[in-house]
Amino acid sequence: MGTLPEPFAGWFAARGWTPRPHQLALWKAARAGESALLIAPTGGGKTLAGFLPSLLELHEAPREGLHTLYVSPLKALAVDIARNLMDPVSEMGLPIRIETRTGDTPQNRRARQRETPPHILLTTPESLAVLLANPEAPELFAGLRSVVVDEAHAMAGTKRGDQLSLCMARLDVLAPGLRRVGLSATVAHPEALRAWLSPTARAEDVRLVVGRGGAEPDMSLMLPEGHLPWGGHMGIASAPGVLARIREAGVTIVFVNTRAQAELIFAALWKINDENLPIALHHGSLEISQRRKVEAAMAAGKLRAVVATASLDLGIDWGAVDQMIHVGAPKGVSRLLQRIGRANHRMDEPSKAVLVPANRFEVIECVAATEAVRAHELDGDPPRPGGLDVLAQHILAMACQAPFHPDDLYAEVSRAGAYSTLSRRDFDDVLRFVEDGGYALRAYERFRRLFTDSEGLVHVRDLRVARQARMNLGTIVDTPMIKVRLRGGPVLGEVEEWFASTLEPGNSFIFAGQTLRYEGIDALTMVVSRGGEGDPRVPAYAGARLPLSTNLSFRVRSILAEPRRWRALPDPVRDWLRLQQRRSEMPQRDGMLIEVFPKGGRWFMVAYCFEGRLAHQTLGMLVTKRMERLGFAPMGYLGTDYVLATWSAFEPTDPERLFEEDILGEELEEWIAESSMLRRTFRNIATIAGLIEKNHPGQEKSGRQMTMNSDLIYDVLRKHEPDHILLRATRAEAAHGLTDVSRIATLLARVQGAVRVRRLDRVSPLAVPALIEEGREWVAGGAEDALLAEAAALVEQATDGAEHFADVLAEVTEGVRVRSGVVDRPRRQDRKRRPPPRRFIRSAKGLAS
Amino acid sequence: MTPAPLHLAGERLMLDPAGVVSWPARRTLIVSDLHLEKGSHFAVRGRFVPPYDTRETLSKLALAVRRYGPARLVLLGDSFHDPMGCDRMAPADCATLQRILASVEEVVWVLGNHDPVAPRGLPGTAVETLEDGPLTFRHEADPRAQGEMSGHFHPKATLMTRAGGISRPCFATDARRVILPAFGAYTGGLDVRDPALGGLFPRGGRVFLLGPDRLFSVPMAPMRRRPEPVA
Repeated sequence: MGTLPEPFAGWFAARGWTPRPHQLALWKAARAGESALLIAPTGGGKTLAGFLPSLLELHEAPREGLHTLYVSPLKALAVDIARNLMDPVSEMGLPIRIETRTGDTPQNRRARQRETPPHILLTTPESLAVLLANPEAPELFAGLRSVVVDEAHAMAGTKRGDQLSLCMARLDVLAPGLRRVGLSATVAHPEALRAWLSPTARAEDVRLVVGRGGAEPDMSLMLPEGHLPWGGHMGIASAPGVLARIREAGVTIVFVNTRAQAELIFAALWKINDENLPIALHHGSLEISQRRKVEAAMAAGKLRAVVATASLDLGIDWGAVDQMIHVGAPKGVSRLLQRIGRANHRMDEPSKAVLVPANRFEVIECVAATEAVRAHELDGDPPRPGGLDVLAQHILAMACQAPFHPDDLYAEVSRAGAYSTLSRRDFDDVLRFVEDGGYALRAYERFRRLFTDSEGLVHVRDLRVARQARMNLGTIVDTPMIKVRLRGGPVLGEVEEWFASTLEPGNSFIFAGQTLRYEGIDALTMVVSRGGEGDPRVPAYAGARLPLSTNLSFRVRSILAEPRRWRALPDPVRDWLRLQQRRSEMPQRDGMLIEVFPKGGRWFMVAYCFEGRLAHQTLGMLVTKRMERLGFAPMGYLGTDYVLATWSAFEPTDPERLFEEDILGEELEEWIAESSMLRRTFRNIATIAGLIEKNHPGQEKSGRQMTMNSDLIYDVLRKHEPDHILLRATRAEAAHGLTDVSRIATLLARVQGAVRVRRLDRVSPLAVPALIEEGREWVAGGAEDALLAEAAALVEQATDGAEHFADVLAEVTEGVRVRSGVVDRPRRQDRKRRPPPRRFIRSAKGLAS
Repeated sequence: MTPAPLHLAGERLMLDPAGVVSWPARRTLIVSDLHLEKGSHFAVRGRFVPPYDTRETLSKLALAVRRYGPARLVLLGDSFHDPMGCDRMAPADCATLQRILASVEEVVWVLGNHDPVAPRGLPGTAVETLEDGPLTFRHEADPRAQGEMSGHFHPKATLMTRAGGISRPCFATDARRVILPAFGAYTGGLDVRDPALGGLFPRGGRVFLLGPDRLFSVPMAPMRRRPEPVA
C-alpha cells in the first residue's frame, strides 16, 4: 500500500501531486470494508479522499448501477463537486457516470436516473429521503457500496443530520455491507461524531483518520481609527480600514455575523470605494442565481472581495483567497477556525485572518478567540439525540417504501447514530402519532394513515397519504418569507414576511446591496424600485445572532480577571478596564460581580454572567420574577452576550438572593411553557411531524385566516393532553440548547458563594456597553429619541463628561432596534460636522483625578 | 370579566372579553365563527391536529351563555367548519351543544360560507340575514349596511408595546358596524389593516383587543390608499 495503480498514479504525477497519507488511509479502510471518518482542515484534498476508493473500485471492476452516494448539506456543493469530479474521471478515461439529484433536478432527468442510475449520485439529505420513500428504492440501492457524507460536522446534531442518520440506517438494510465515509472539519468531539456516523452507533466501528493540520494561521486585530466604540455590533467605523486591507491583498472574504450587518458593511465599503474595486455581497436571503453568480465570479478570480455571512462558511475550496477579515466578534472558536480556513486552501501556507471588533467588549472577545485558536481549543456541543418529529416523518416515509414490522423498524432505527438511545416507548408513541395522531381521545381512528395487516405488518393507507407524505419530506422549516422583485426586473431575494408588513409604500430599505423603495405587494412578491428617500431600514432576520460560546466566555472572564494579561489588549481597552478597577472592581473568573446603582429614578442591577445572550434572556425572566416576589418592582431587563441588566423601582437589596439555584425549578417550568421560544419549537416540530402543512414555494395560501395556527394547537394540546408525544418532543428539544437552560444551571452552581456585590452611586465603565445595547425588553416601539437621551446620559455619567458624545452616539444609533429586536435602523450621520477623531479616554490618570 | 359598552344604531351593546356580544334590550347573545370540528376536518385530510377543539370551544360558549342567560342565541355563521362537521361530532360534544342550545328559548343560525346549510338535527332556525329593529345580522359584512353585526373575517390587531407588538383577536367597530372576532379554538385571524377588512372602515374606527379579563381599546386609523396595482 502506498502507491496507487495506473492511471491514478500517472494522473497524480502529471499534476506534480503525491497522494496524501489520509487519502491512502481512506483507501485502505475501504479495502478492508470499513467505514471511516476523515477529520482534516480545508484544503487537504478531503473530497477527493472520499471518492478515491470508489473511483479505484469502479476502475478495477467496472459495473453498472449505483455504486456511491454522496450527501452534502448544500445543493450548490453537490453541483460543484460533481463538476470537479468529472475532470479527473474524464482525464483518466474512467468508465464512470456522475450525476446530481436535488430538489432542482428536472422530472425527465429523475425518470432517467430511475431507469439507468449513474455510478455516483450526488445529493442532499432531503432528496435522499424522497428517493427512499419510493417503492423502487430497494432496487435502486441494492448494489450501493459507499456513502460519502460531506461536512459531517455541520450535519450531526441538526434535524437534517437526524434525517440523514435514519436514511443511512435504511440504506444499510437495502445494501448490507455498505461503507460510510464521513468528511469533517476539525471538531471538539470527534468520538461523538464517529458514533453518529457509525452503522452500529458505536464509535469503534468507524476508523478515524486525522489529516495533518496546516500551518498556524496568521491572525491580527484591527481597531477603527479614532475612538473605540462603546457599543454597536455592526463595525461600520472600521470600513475605511477594511477597505485598505482589501486594496492591499489579492482576494479577501469579509465575514460578518448577520445578514443585516452584511448589507450595512457592504454599503459602507461602497460609499468610500472610489477605485471601484470589485466587491460583492453574499448572504442567505439573496436570490440563488445572484449568489451563484457571485460564487462563480469569485472562483474565476474576478472579485477582490466578497462580504459574506454564514452562507459562505461551507462550500467549495476556491484556493486563491488571500485573507479573511472578520468584522464583529466571532462568538465561537470552531466557527472562527472554519472561516479562517476559507481564507487559504493551500495547506502549507498560513491562512491570514484579521479580526475587527465593533466595540470595546468585542476587543476582549477577539483577543480571547485568537488565544483559543492558537491553543487549538475548539467549542461546540456533541450532537444531541435525534428529534422525534424527524422520526415521525421517517416512519411514514418508510411505510411508503414498503410495509414494515414495528419490531424490525425499531431495531433498524436504533442502529442510527442519532437514535441509539431511543426508547421503545417513544418509538411506539411516535408510530401511534403517525397512525392517527396518537391522542388519548381516540377520535381519529377512522382516518388512520397506516393500517396493520394480520401478520403485523404496517402499511400506508393509500396513494394519497403516500403522496402527501412525500410532499412533506424534509426538515427545513422556514420563517415565512416574501420575494423582493424589482419593478419590471428580476427577483433580488427574499425578506421575512413580518418585515414587509412594517413597510409603507414609499419607505426605503437596504437590500441586496442597494437602496430600494417599497412600492407594494403583488400577489406573493414585494415590488420595489431603485432609490428611495429618508432613512433606509435594514431587514433583519430572526435568530441570526449566535450567542457567545462557553469556551470563549471562559477565556473572556479569565482575561478580565487577570490584569497581567491585559498587555495583549490595545490601550483604550486597557484604560477602560483600569477605570473600572478604580470605580468598581473586575469580575472574577469563577465568581460573579453584581453592580447596583441608581439612575434616573430607577435602580439598575448589572450582573456579569458571561453566558451568552440566550441564557441571559431566560435568566432575566427568572430573576425579574423573583424580584417581583421580593417587592423590588422590576420594570425591565436586558440580556447581552456578557451581562444581564435589570431595572426596578426599588433598590434590589442583597441581590445574591436573586441568583440562588432554586430559581430554576420554581419559575422555569411555567415560563418556558409560555415562551415564544417553545412555541416556535413546537411550530417546527408540528410542521416536520406532518401535523401542519409546510409552505410550499409558489403555492398560494387560500384565505390566510383559514390556515392552521400552531399557537392555537399548542394551547389546546397543552391544556388537554400535556404528555402528548409532540409536547414531549418539544420539551426535549428546548432542553437541548434552545433556551440555554443548562448554561444557567452551570452558572448558578459556579457562582454560589462567589457573588460579589458592589453598590455604586452611578454606572460603572464596564456596564456602559451593556446599557446602551439594543434589546427587546428595553426599546419601546418608535421611542428612539428617548433611548438616545438615555444612552447619552449614561455615557456622560460614566466618563464625567470627559469627551464629546457625538461619536459615541453615532455608534450607539448604528444598530438601534425599532421593533421587538427585529429591525435595525441606521441613522444618517453628518460626517462633516463630526469633531475630529480623538481617543475616548486620554489617560486613566487624568480622569481619575 | 369586564365587558365594554358600545352604541350601534342607537342600541346599547356589551362587548365581552370572551369575544361575544350581548344585546341586553333583546336578551340576545351573539357569537361568530365557532368553526366546530375544524380539527376533524383536518384529520380527514391526514393532518391529525389535537381533537379537542370542539370541546374547548363549547366549554367557552357554555360559560358565556351561563353568564348572560340570554333568551336568544345568534350564531353569525361558520358555526361548523364544513357542512359535514355536525355529523362528525363526538357524542359527548354533541350532548354539550344540545344542552347549551336547550338553555335558550331561541337559536338563530346565520349561515356562513363554511356552513351554507342549516346543521342537521340541531334546534333553531337558519337564515341568510336576521333583521331585528335597527340591527342587521349577517355572516359577511355588506359595505353599504348600517347597524350591522357580522363575523367572517376573524379580525385581529397588533398593539405596539415596550416589549414589541402584541397580536390579539379583536372586535372591529365604527358607527355603522361591529365585526366580531372568531370564537373557535382553532380560528386564526386576519389583521385589521388588511385591505379586505380595513376597507370596511374607510374613516377608521376602534378595535377592542381581547384580554383574559378585559378589552383593550385602541383607535384604528383610516385605511391608507391601497398600494397601486403592479403590473
